[in-house]
Amino acid sequence: MTTLTKQTLTHLDWLESEAIHIMREVAGQCANPVLLFSGGKDSICMLRIAEKAFRPGRFPFPLMHIDTGHNYREVTDYRDKRATELGERLIVRSVEDSMKRGTVVLKSPDESRNKHQSVTLLEAIEEFGFDACIGGARRDEEKARAKERIFSFRDEFGQWDPKNQRPELWDLYNARSFKGENIRVFPISNWTEFDVWQYIERENLELPSIYYAHTRPVVRKAGGLLPVTDITPAKPEDKIEYLKVRFRTVGDITCTAPVESDADTVAKIIAETAETTITERGATRLDDQTSEASMEQRKKEGYF
Amino acid sequence: MNAPEKLPHVTNHGLLRFLTCGSVDDGKSTLIGRLLYDTKAILVDTLSAIERTSKKRGMDAIDLSLLTDGLQAEREQGITIDVAYRYFTTGTRKYIIADAPGHEQYTRNMVTAASTADLAVILIDARKGVLTQTRRHSYLAHLVGIPHLVVAINKMDLVDYAQEVFDRIMTDYLDFAAKLGIEDVHFIPMSALNGDMVVERGDRLDWYTGPTLLDLLETASAAHVNHEENFRFPVQYVCRPQDSANPELHDYRGFMGRVESGSIAIGDAVTVLPSGRESRIKDIRVLDDSLPRAIAEQSITILLEDEIDISRGDMIVKTGEQPNVTKQFDAMLCWLSETPLDPRRKYLIRHTTRDSKAILAGIEYRTDVNTMEQQPADRLNMNDIARVSFKLAQPIFPDAYATNRETGAFIVIDESSNNTVGAGMIL
Repeated sequence: MTTLTKQTLTHLDWLESEAIHIMREVAGQCANPVLLFSGGKDSICMLRIAEKAFRPGRFPFPLMHIDTGHNYREVTDYRDKRATELGERLIVRSVEDSMKRGTVVLKSPDESRNKHQSVTLLEAIEEFGFDACIGGARRDEEKARAKERIFSFRDEFGQWDPKNQRPELWDLYNARSFKGENIRVFPISNWTEFDVWQYIERENLELPSIYYAHTRPVVRKAGGLLPVTDITPAKPEDKIEYLKVRFRTVGDITCTAPVESDADTVAKIIAETAETTITERGATRLDDQTSEASMEQRKKEGYF
Repeated sequence: MNAPEKLPHVTNHGLLRFLTCGSVDDGKSTLIGRLLYDTKAILVDTLSAIERTSKKRGMDAIDLSLLTDGLQAEREQGITIDVAYRYFTTGTRKYIIADAPGHEQYTRNMVTAASTADLAVILIDARKGVLTQTRRHSYLAHLVGIPHLVVAINKMDLVDYAQEVFDRIMTDYLDFAAKLGIEDVHFIPMSALNGDMVVERGDRLDWYTGPTLLDLLETASAAHVNHEENFRFPVQYVCRPQDSANPELHDYRGFMGRVESGSIAIGDAVTVLPSGRESRIKDIRVLDDSLPRAIAEQSITILLEDEIDISRGDMIVKTGEQPNVTKQFDAMLCWLSETPLDPRRKYLIRHTTRDSKAILAGIEYRTDVNTMEQQPADRLNMNDIARVSFKLAQPIFPDAYATNRETGAFIVIDESSNNTVGAGMIL
């Protein structure tokens, strides 16, 4: 086989370029798209990609966050600050409003609201008439994601049908949909957690502080660490410890757990990620461990 | 498990996308599991999950094929539904594996997976040799223009690692590969189960002195590095900020897209299609950076010296390197939909960033993917591959797929369902 002679892109350049291409296809093909922005590290990368895709113009879509009401302050503050810095419109829709409307009914007051985001998301899609939602999901996160298209069709009920996906060939994406249906688009499908951290380092992206090592009260439970917060208070029998931790993923407080770490810079996080022995979701997403198929199930119900 | 031995930073070999073809019985899942395991891409919790499952199923060792176990819907029905994508890195290169299932809707899935692959690994069971499905995999990989084929003759442990077996299969394979016109093909004897010649050499195949599979992957050239290509830049989006606060942006027209092939530099003379208007490259921008030159696969914004009306679907090329502007073309078409191709209906064809209504002008023949025989056909069913011609309402600017995958490929969309129903390669 021939060896490499001509100039090629590095893997990060290639991934970035692919993601820019995907976002521009959304802008070119869809009438009313939206970018889901949570303040988490993946969606922070997405904003950087959107800047590279569309500046000096404005983004051809607003940003939207589905807020469970159980997010870390550091993250929602960051979310608002970042949207203001970029001068882009931020829409926030809240699971609590869906609860007030009666469209979300919790089984018990302390049930995690995470999976109920789907309801609020679908309500917001209908309210604004969005025909495409750009999200930061990655195929390496989970095996249901490993089989999802970059442009993933959802029916009127927001459902993903894994058995009936549109073929996706070359870089010819099909974002067509009828009114009421929509397309979920995942520009960083081909990125791994490691790629995300390398990109954050290369682009010098600011993150919410809880991604870096900090001291936090936690309780050791089921092999993981549960953060002690107003929403997740310790039980009387729990032993509260003050440990140096960081978050690998950031989401609803009730289902996102930190890991012990001294990594207080991106470089240290990259070094740790290279040596880590547990998958991102395995370590930190309490909601995915309940059932082998829980992500697949949630996605069929409209989850992004 | 140990930490990766190599430095975590991927250096300069970029990214390679490859496809694995073979059915479950060939050990494809075991091979992928072995690659991920031996390159330390698998983390402890995943490993302990498959260890539990292996034990539950009464196995002594960890069954690496469980790593590619798929969706609940698939487990329920005992089939693999769809192409899965998997990732690993060696420290010098990042890899994306497209894992195409072996049975159901095979052609459709394999064509999908192959469309973005630089290399295909075709598995052969050493006990069985070259089978019909080996020929089918090779034909499809060749049809979709995968530049490198690697034939992995697996399960060598079950034939006592005998060189005669390997040699005989290689001779058989080369015999029909020559008829297909396949040139770049490598053969590796292998036991994915024991890890011989996947990442490690093992000590049971000493008679084989060639590279391991990973050695081949590490040195294979990715797309766009083998030959000089013409510059092709389909416009995806036009940026006209018209920011009243910034007078510099009043006349800004940025043509946004990805360099699909070739390269471009500031000052180069370009022609815009379909108008045929000419200009020069004034600037190449990515955010705040001005690049002197851009190469294939880079997403950029182009500014031109002259004010020309350009919109999505137009294409910027170097002057003197124009492709054909045509409203009719011949192609190899793979039909992907359960609804057969209806020659009386109008379809939508998407070529680069351009859409056009299309009607079928004729089916010259259908190819039987098992025998490579050409047969007459008046309609096409799912998984059929045929040589066809299309007539278009709007012109496109294609290259032959054999010389340019990006500008030789198209998809067919059924407007009544919005589904992607066909994939084509222009002749």
